[in-house]
Amino acid sequence: MDALTLARLQFAATTVYHFFFVPLTLGLSLLVALMETMYVRTGDDVYKQMTKFWGKLFLINFAMGVVTGLVQEFQFGMNWSEYSRFVGDIFGVPLAIEALLAFFLESTFLGIWVFGWTVLPKGLHLLAIWLVAIGSTMSAFWILVANSWMQHPVAYVLRNGRAEMTDFWALITNPYVWVQFPHVLFAGMATGAFFVLGISAYHLRKSGNGHEVFRRSFNWAVVYALVASVMVALMGHSQAQFLSDTQPMKLAAAEALWETEQPASLSLLTIGTLSGREEVFSIRLPAAMSLLTCDNLTCEVQGIHNLQAEYEQAYGPGYYVPPIPLTYWSFRGMLTAGVVMVLLSLFALYLVLRRKVEKVRWFLYLLPWAMVLPYLANSTGWMMAEVGRQPWIVFGVMLTEAGVSVVVSAGAVLLSLAVFTLLYGALIVADVYLLAKYARKGPTEDEKVLAPAAVH
Amino acid sequence: MDLNTVWSVLVAVLIIGFFLLEGFDYGVGILLPFLGKDDTDRRVIINTIGPFWDGNEVWLVTAGGAIFAAFPEWYATMFSGFYLALLVMLVALIVRGVAFEFRSKDRRPEWRSLWDWMIFVGSFVPALLWGVAFANLIRGVPINAGMQYVGSFGDLLNPYSLAGGLATLSAFTLHGAVFLSLKTRGEIEERAHKAAMRIWLPAVILVFLFVIAGYFATDMFTKLGVNPGPVPLGAGAALLAAGWFIRQRRSGWAFVMTGLTIVLSAATVAIGLYPRVMVSSLNPAWSLTIYNASSSPYTLRILAIVALVLVPIVLLYQGWSYWVFRKRIGREDSLEY
Repeated sequence: MDALTLARLQFAATTVYHFFFVPLTLGLSLLVALMETMYVRTGDDVYKQMTKFWGKLFLINFAMGVVTGLVQEFQFGMNWSEYSRFVGDIFGVPLAIEALLAFFLESTFLGIWVFGWTVLPKGLHLLAIWLVAIGSTMSAFWILVANSWMQHPVAYVLRNGRAEMTDFWALITNPYVWVQFPHVLFAGMATGAFFVLGISAYHLRKSGNGHEVFRRSFNWAVVYALVASVMVALMGHSQAQFLSDTQPMKLAAAEALWETEQPASLSLLTIGTLSGREEVFSIRLPAAMSLLTCDNLTCEVQGIHNLQAEYEQAYGPGYYVPPIPLTYWSFRGMLTAGVVMVLLSLFALYLVLRRKVEKVRWFLYLLPWAMVLPYLANSTGWMMAEVGRQPWIVFGVMLTEAGVSVVVSAGAVLLSLAVFTLLYGALIVADVYLLAKYARKGPTEDEKVLAPAAVH
Repeated sequence: MDLNTVWSVLVAVLIIGFFLLEGFDYGVGILLPFLGKDDTDRRVIINTIGPFWDGNEVWLVTAGGAIFAAFPEWYATMFSGFYLALLVMLVALIVRGVAFEFRSKDRRPEWRSLWDWMIFVGSFVPALLWGVAFANLIRGVPINAGMQYVGSFGDLLNPYSLAGGLATLSAFTLHGAVFLSLKTRGEIEERAHKAAMRIWLPAVILVFLFVIAGYFATDMFTKLGVNPGPVPLGAGAALLAAGWFIRQRRSGWAFVMTGLTIVLSAATVAIGLYPRVMVSSLNPAWSLTIYNASSSPYTLRILAIVALVLVPIVLLYQGWSYWVFRKRIGREDSLEY
């Protein structure tokens, strides 16, 4: 394999892995902040136990997010130095602001929160976790400003052999940011909600210690899960409609729509050849694609063949079709997981309202397994977004193959890929082990274990 | 001052801030296996930097982001050129970061000792490598006319850069020992004090060796003149004063002095480099400078506004967090990590 393929593999692997931790940080920080707010307002100790229990799991997850984020920042320069030279003037800006505005806030106040339980007055301690939550959210915003620019480049001019920023305000008001950021934010909230639901369901089934903690956590998370998973779907829908204007090829690839159709049918199941260049078999719903894309049953949706011809005219000879099977199936993976999440949270809400949660045992058995759904949706969603943009690294501006470092050998990238694979593999074992251990323990025992006297 | 100079100062401030703060974190991590006789000792040692280490590391992340945004050519050349060194650095920083969070969350001694060694290695390796990296920036590495690094990993390992690595390693370890003697009580404080006494002389020797080597390996001092001026002389004086304060058991002042040593030494390197950011050993004209490696004036202006507003705010709340956790820590305290 050449350095380009290996660098892409490494980016895919390390980014998907990094994004195992980020959404939970986003979703859970907000939930923990809300829990502590209730504790400070009511003085009810159950809320304090909730805050501490979920806070502990939050911390284990947070550490992994931080250290894997380091790789992301270094990687642009290490493997994608030509990309960095070309876009640093505009792409580097949100990254620098993310660090200055969000990372400092998040890490400093998380330290204050963790170590400040007995040192700070309650109000200040509460403020600390809110600043952590705000920091996480701002960090998501700025990194998505950067990614949105790769998807839908705005506010730049090609000058001095590179892309230079012309308008900072236009960079952050890039319309793509405002469909992508809410989508990711709600996805994070849904991840946090299903995490809390799954673990709470486990404890409600066991009815061990901390029953009230998990009953309340469950009720909170149900509402949170429903709102978040419905909103994530709605924002995803806006994003897809936006794509039909700006990256129609990605949409066509995600739908395996080979020929331009009017009205366009929606693929329910399409099997293509292994290369993904031809369709073998397809079940399609007539006109549904038109409805989803432009809210009516009659509009035209561009197909892959047409777009390829169009792009050749615009950008010169080349193959501008992303890998179809991966784009198509990752899109379907995301959609399926999303739909199941909406259904599960609706059913859970019904049970809560009927006060039957603890009687429906099979559902309590099911929910811990449902924790995997948001992870599936998050990963496949990013795969669709990034793979569907290929062969571009910056859509319409720079090809991925032009972005890779010229001085880094394939051997060096292979070594680095191997090192990260091994290291990340080992760390996920330790991480899941600790999460499972503390999730199972429940709130009261947790306190005992961490008291210094018990450890020695 | 033009915008490029403003930004070179800002990047220097971020890197110096990183060395000053993360320097003692590394030192504490390096001393952990030697000063912690049992598990509670080791927890006390780790808890001295518990609330701070993550915030301190953000200085590095921010410096990286700022270099990317303000000097993209520098970022691209350095990160792709120092590839394997940075890979090693990343592995070290990753295992160190999770080790802090993971080590006390399981009681088994094998688990804890595993992560304690990760903290040691994850602190030792970067403390050494940062010196190697920055010594190479100023000594010069093979960079061609197209701003590409054309050397190998081996080119980064030369007597001068290794001297630089040993200088940062010893300075950070001393800084960490003084920090520990300032932040702990009882027997650990005593041990930290003794460690500082023992490390001081080797640190002086290694740092001064690096300075002398600088006269031969770089153009830094021909640029600065025979009398290099107050900054490097101040660095030397602070390091000597640190020794005196350690002996007097005035750990607060000793910490100020080791801090000053780090700040002024890093500033010396920055002044010696200016206006270059990476020296080319092939042809001086091919060096990367704050002008040929920089972003457009518009981008630099936007970034300067953002940074000049935010950096003081960050300093304020980070300073406050040090104030909140100003107490010394002992074995009988309740320990988070």
